[in-house]
Amino acid sequence: MATLKVNGRSHTVTAAADEPLLYVLGNDLELAGPRFGCGLAQCGSCSVLVDGTEMRSCVTTLGQVGAREVTTLEGLPRWYALRHGKPVGEGAAVPLHPVQQALIDVAAPQCGYCMNGMAIKAAELLSHNLHPTEAQVRTALNGHLCRCGTYPRIIDAVLQAAAVMRKAKA
Amino acid sequence: MSITRRQLLQGSGALVVLLPTWTGVLAQTPPPAVPGTVDLKQVDSWLSIHADNTATLRMGFAELGQGATTALLMVAAEELDLGMDQIRAAPLDTAHSPPQGGTYSSASVQRGRPQVAAAAAEARAALLAMAAQRLGVPTAQLQVVGGVVQVVDAPQRTVTYGQLIGDQQFKLVVSGTAPLKPREQYRLLGTAVPRPDLTDRVTGAKRFIQQTRLPGMVHGRVVRPAGQAAYGAGAVVQNIDEYTIAGIGDARVLRRGNFVAVVATREWDAIKAARALRVSWAPAAGLPDTDALHAAMRRDITTDNTQLNQGDVDAAFAAAPARQTVRFAADGPYQAHAPFAPNCALADVRADSALVICASQDIQNARRSIAPLIALKPEQIRVQFAEGAGTYGHSGYDDVAQAAAVLSQMVGQPVRVQFSRADEQGWDTYGPPHMGEVRLCADALGVITGYQYDGWQHNWSLVDTTTQQLGVAPATEWPVSPVEGVNPLVCGGQYAIAHRKLVNHRLNGLQYFKAGWLRSPLDLSFAFVSEQAVDQLAAQLGLDPVALRQRNITDARWRGVLDAATQAAKWQPRTKAVAAKGVWRSGRGVGLGTHLISYGAAVADIDVNIKTGQVRIRHLYGAIDAGAVVNPGIVEAQITGQLVQTASRMLLEEVPIEQGRSAARDWVSYPILRMQDCPAITPVVVQRMDQRSTGAGEETMAAAAAAIANAFFDATGRRMTRYPLTPARVLAALA
Repeated sequence: MATLKVNGRSHTVTAAADEPLLYVLGNDLELAGPRFGCGLAQCGSCSVLVDGTEMRSCVTTLGQVGAREVTTLEGLPRWYALRHGKPVGEGAAVPLHPVQQALIDVAAPQCGYCMNGMAIKAAELLSHNLHPTEAQVRTALNGHLCRCGTYPRIIDAVLQAAAVMRKAKA
Repeated sequence: MSITRRQLLQGSGALVVLLPTWTGVLAQTPPPAVPGTVDLKQVDSWLSIHADNTATLRMGFAELGQGATTALLMVAAEELDLGMDQIRAAPLDTAHSPPQGGTYSSASVQRGRPQVAAAAAEARAALLAMAAQRLGVPTAQLQVVGGVVQVVDAPQRTVTYGQLIGDQQFKLVVSGTAPLKPREQYRLLGTAVPRPDLTDRVTGAKRFIQQTRLPGMVHGRVVRPAGQAAYGAGAVVQNIDEYTIAGIGDARVLRRGNFVAVVATREWDAIKAARALRVSWAPAAGLPDTDALHAAMRRDITTDNTQLNQGDVDAAFAAAPARQTVRFAADGPYQAHAPFAPNCALADVRADSALVICASQDIQNARRSIAPLIALKPEQIRVQFAEGAGTYGHSGYDDVAQAAAVLSQMVGQPVRVQFSRADEQGWDTYGPPHMGEVRLCADALGVITGYQYDGWQHNWSLVDTTTQQLGVAPATEWPVSPVEGVNPLVCGGQYAIAHRKLVNHRLNGLQYFKAGWLRSPLDLSFAFVSEQAVDQLAAQLGLDPVALRQRNITDARWRGVLDAATQAAKWQPRTKAVAAKGVWRSGRGVGLGTHLISYGAAVADIDVNIKTGQVRIRHLYGAIDAGAVVNPGIVEAQITGQLVQTASRMLLEEVPIEQGRSAARDWVSYPILRMQDCPAITPVVVQRMDQRSTGAGEETMAAAAAAIANAFFDATGRRMTRYPLTPARVLAALA
């Protein structure tokens, strides 16, 4: 038995402490954001934020997460709103994270399976750098693979989201 | 758009009777299906109009992330004069989807557009006739806006489609005579309508097959040797040490013939058990190591076939001086589909029926391939499609569905099976390797007079590994397939050549890896060989490679894509490799190619580090002429994906062979392009609304592969005779 904090809620799960977080999120909590790609921390499709830092849930065990706050793709809008003092309570319409919105606006996804990791990693980058250069975006996301070849549009989306976030801050 | 509560209840009610409740794709509940076999000739097979004035389109093609669903919804909405927010796609399901055939050869729009347009036009004509009766005016005085039929002169007099037929059947044959909308009146076709399915793909709302669950299911994993050996050898079990998984939850071993798997209630236990289980496999016939493969292919016994022998090639060569003759040979590797998500399927097999949920490109074929494994008739098996990650051809989607069905029958419970990354990379139906030899000759002005291409490859594999391991069918090659021959469109077919000969040398595929179609099958290899030779001719004659190609093209559409790509790239005539100093040498190249029907052209800008052998692709320009492009925005995305994937396949992708077996296990042993190395991409759609729509999912890849190779020559003055262009091979070519 372990208690897990995910997207602002506490869950009691029966999984052992050495079970990777991914399988608990997918099977016990039935979340579809983090997803299996390799199980080897090589592709980034399982990424989540743990206290705001991107981690690969396929190799991060429940025990390693402990009491820290896990944010999945589903919780990204809430995570962003909280950081910017916007309402997130019951009934509040929480808009998508700007990077999610930008990914839709530039029509980045083809199959979209990589979009979880891309959005999570980009959200992490933009949480500490609102003025990323294209090179910085490429470096930050270099550990996240896409097989459909959507990299150019993902880069555009992250730069576009940064501009939106700068404007929101100004 | 929302599904009405009534439809939801109807749909799920029907499912509960027939089948266990299932989640995931259930979110999009289908409307009532046409009972019995789905008849392509019935309007009701394709379309339902609901009382709330929305429509559901049923299609037999799979959404593979390529956006074809959006394009076909546009086709139906256009003919019916509905808004895009008034129409949705029913999930793909053998119970109600029209059997349009498999979703390959970029055929969804090519074959699907005329079918969907005909059914929708028939429906519209019937609805107009009903409206005319209801409103008491001739149909000529009616117009339709958003599914609302109006009297032209009295627009306040209206009746909606929903009021006319709401959820009733048309009971109407698709005659093919209902008038199609003239293209001058198109509102949607030819415009970049945003894909309505994108939001769910970035929010976590979408459940892929990997995230689909059946109540009461257990998790299964197959157990196979690390990396496949020769297809014909399969894998033969000698011994299983079941005690090696003792204590891993409730995990247990299941075996039938040489098919070995583990199941467990918790997924993590199944994964741990599959890793831990010790199985001794009999030694199997293998392949030569990576760098010895092509020499062995050359020594092999082949079945030769002259596909084309037009004019007198030998006479043309006899007449041409050496300076106007080119001979060139080059090789291509085994490459993997490597879908970003390992294949996954779920099955619930009962005594006299089965439900299989999988990501097959062809659910009808999946059903046929599963039936003999569980001793059911195909019609007793319902296959539902749930999207996986992009597959780019025949990856292991049927293999895994077969495994799920067999395991469900063995345990008497629903089973979900997902491949590991090593299963996927190591047991893929790889794109086969190729050896090509080309010779061509020209007159002094560069008009190609003679052309001969000899290609060596083996065929695709018909029987999936699960079926083979079960002993139900032995390894078997496709009896007839497109890769029995070289592609005449890529091997000189871009040009008007008087004397042309194409010869295929077919190898025995049982001695090689299991193989299948991989996006633009073998075309990258054909173009890598053929278009480098065309480029070499330009170099020998001191001609600009674009000018030489223009001189040899008579087809306006080939000329059109070549012009489009070179104009986008601001091509300036160049006649020899640019003399450059320094470690990084820059080059620019052009290529022409396609897959089966459309036209593709590409320009590549690359840099080569002559000290380290590293190749950087800076920019790729790709143009496609796919006739009438229903949605240019989606095709631009497709071109972008094709070009990035081609960069990956030309620089990095090759299945390593060690000790006879595939050594591809993960993203390190089988790497793909990363974001830092991704070139800038300029996609160009050559729109021809007066032509029929043809495939747009793979037709710039051959051209781009050739453009990259020709840019390498432009940068270095050397030709690459093998791809991917790894640093070691580049340094060897430069030495």
